[in-house]
Amino acid sequence: MSETLLEVQHLKKYFPIQKGLWNKTHGHVKAVDDISFSVHKGETFGLVGESGCGKSTTGRALLRLIEPSEGKVFFEGKEITGLSAEGMRKQRRDMQIVFQDPYSSLDPRHSVQRILEEPLIVHGVTSRKERQQRIERLVEVVGLSRSHLHRYPHQFSGGQRQRIGIARALALQPKLIVADEPVSALDVSIQSQVINLLQDLQSEFGLTYIFIAHDLSVVKHICDRVAVMYLGRIVEIADKEKLYADPQHPYTQALLSAVPEPDPDVKPKRIILQGEVPSPANAPIGCAFNTRCPKVMDVCRTDRPPLRDTGEGHSTACHLYTGAAEVV
Amino acid sequence: MSKPILEIKDLRTHFFTDRGEIPAVDGIDLYIQPGEVLGVVGESGCGKSVTSLSVLKLIPQPPGKIVSGSIVFKGKDIVPLKESEMRKIRGNSISMVFQEPMSSLNPLFTVGHQIGETIRLHRGKSHKEARIHTLDMLRKVGIASPDAILNEYPHRLSGGMRQRVMIAMSIACSPELLIADEPTTALDVTIQAQILDLIRRLNEEQGMAVMLITHDLGVVAEMCHRVAVMYAGKVVEEGSVHDIFKNPLHPYTQGLIQSVPRMSETRERLYSIPGNVPVLSMSLRGCRFAARCEHVMPRCLEAIPHLSQQEEGHSCRCWLYESTQEDAV
Repeated sequence: MSETLLEVQHLKKYFPIQKGLWNKTHGHVKAVDDISFSVHKGETFGLVGESGCGKSTTGRALLRLIEPSEGKVFFEGKEITGLSAEGMRKQRRDMQIVFQDPYSSLDPRHSVQRILEEPLIVHGVTSRKERQQRIERLVEVVGLSRSHLHRYPHQFSGGQRQRIGIARALALQPKLIVADEPVSALDVSIQSQVINLLQDLQSEFGLTYIFIAHDLSVVKHICDRVAVMYLGRIVEIADKEKLYADPQHPYTQALLSAVPEPDPDVKPKRIILQGEVPSPANAPIGCAFNTRCPKVMDVCRTDRPPLRDTGEGHSTACHLYTGAAEVV
Repeated sequence: MSKPILEIKDLRTHFFTDRGEIPAVDGIDLYIQPGEVLGVVGESGCGKSVTSLSVLKLIPQPPGKIVSGSIVFKGKDIVPLKESEMRKIRGNSISMVFQEPMSSLNPLFTVGHQIGETIRLHRGKSHKEARIHTLDMLRKVGIASPDAILNEYPHRLSGGMRQRVMIAMSIACSPELLIADEPTTALDVTIQAQILDLIRRLNEEQGMAVMLITHDLGVVAEMCHRVAVMYAGKVVEEGSVHDIFKNPLHPYTQGLIQSVPRMSETRERLYSIPGNVPVLSMSLRGCRFAARCEHVMPRCLEAIPHLSQQEEGHSCRCWLYESTQEDAV
C-alpha cells in the first residue's frame, strides 16, 4: 500500500447554537461528527455528499481554516492539530485550498500578478527575479498567458478565474490541495477544461487532491477513492470502482441511483428516498440515516453503526454488515 | 401531427444597456406539442432563460424588449397583448417554476395564501373553496401533511419543500403549459429525483406540456421528448432526445455531450471545447461557435448558417451540412 500523506482521526466540528440575552449555548450543530480517514500520497480522495453533510467543513477543518472541536490530523506523520498559529502558517505551504466560487475568493482590487506574488512573499521568496519567473511559469502551467498578469479578476470569465485560483494554490508547490467544489460553478464545457487541467497538474507535480464535490459523475471521473458523507458522518469509503459498482450503504445506493445519466437509453432503477435530510442540530439517535432508510431495523434507531471493514479496503457504517470487523 | 400548443417564430429579445444593444435571444424558432416535454439546453448566457421569460412577457422593460417575432399560444399571438390580458394567461394556462423558490415565493405571505391567491384570481373561488383546492394541490405534489404547512411561511421550509410549493402553485389552475426554468439546479440529487419524478407524473397524467430549461444533460436525457440546443442566443440544433444524444450533428452539441463525465463509463480524459462563450453584441458576424469549432471553414466567419432540417424532425445550424443545398434560404 502506498504511503499515507494525511491521516484524520476522530475529527469533530461542533458549532454552538447560542440564544438569548447572554448567548447561552443551547445545543450544537454537529457539522462533522467523528470521522476518520487517511489519504495516500499521489491519489485523489473524493468527499461526496449532499448540502449540509459536512464535506466542506471537513475540508476546512483539515487545514485548520476553522478549528476542529476534537480529533487529530496528521500530515506526513506530524500532528498538525497541535501546531501554533505560526507553525500552522508555515505548514500551509504544503497544504493549499481551491474554493468553489473563484470570484469571491480572489481580491477584486488585486491584479493577477499581485494575487500570485503574495503567497511567495509571505513564504519568504525574497528575490524579485525568482518570484517573477515563478509567476510567469504558474500562469503558463494553468493555461493563461503572461499578458493576463496585469488584469483584475472581474476581467476574466468564470473558468479563467478558477485557473487563477488554482495557480495561486500551486504557487508554493504544495503536496496536498483541498479542492472544494472547484467545478460546480462552471458551465459544462468549461468544467471539462478545468477537470483536465487538475489532472494534468497532478501528474506533472505529483499532487495529492482531496476533491470535495456533490456531482457524483465528476467524482467518479477524477477520484481514486471516495468517502460518502451523510449528516456529518462518513457512511462508506471505498475505491472508486468498488463504490460505484457495488455500493453497500443504503444511502450510497440511493444517492448513486438518483444521478441522471446523459443517455436516453439508460433507464435507471431509481431508489427515491422519502423525506428530507434531518437538521444536523438535531440528528437522529443511532444511525443518522434511519429516518429515510428503506431497510431500517430497530437497532438503527438506538445504536450508531461503526465503520466496518467489509473487505478489500471497502468500509461501511451500517448495521446490515455486522459480521465485518470495525475500522479504527 | 397535431397543432403545436406554443409556437415561437423568429423571436428576438434584446437588451439595451450602457454597453450597447445585446441580442440575448437572436431569432429563435421553437414549438411545443400538447403533452410534450421540450428540453432547452445551453450554457449560461445562451439565452434560454430569456426565451422562457419572453414567453410570459416577464422581461424587465427597459432594458429588455421583444424586438420582433411572434409567440403563438393556442393559435393566438401573445406578443402584442396588453399587461391585463397577459395576467389572465400567466399562472392560468401557462405557468412557470423558477430555479430559486426562495426568491420567487413572497416571504410575507403563508404558503396557503399564495397558492390560494392563484386559485381565487383565476378560478373565482371563495377563500374556503380555494383552501380545499390548495390542500389537494399540496397532496398532489407529495406533501404528506398539507394542513401542517398551509400556514407556514416560505423561510420555514426546506429547499425541496419550497420547490414543491412552487410547483403546487403553478399547477393549481391546471395549466396547459408549464415552463420550468432550472427547477432542480439548486437541489440535491436525491431531492432532484423526487421533483423530476413529480414533473414527469404531471406530464403523463394530465397531459401538461412542459418546457424544461436546464444545463444538465442528464436531466434532459431522462425527462425530455425533444431537445433544442442553444448557443449564444440561437438554436443550433433541434431534434428528438435520441437524435441529440445518439447522433448529434452540430459540433457544439457533439462537444457538449462528449465533455460530460458519465456514471456508466470510465474515461482517462474528458473531451473539452477550447475557449469561452463569445460576448454577445450586435456586431457579431458569422457562426457564433466558429471561434471554438474544430471544423471551422472560411464561410463560417462570414455568414450565419440556417437552421435546416437534416433528417425527419432533426435540424441543425451548421455550414457542414449545407454544402449540398446552396440555394436554401
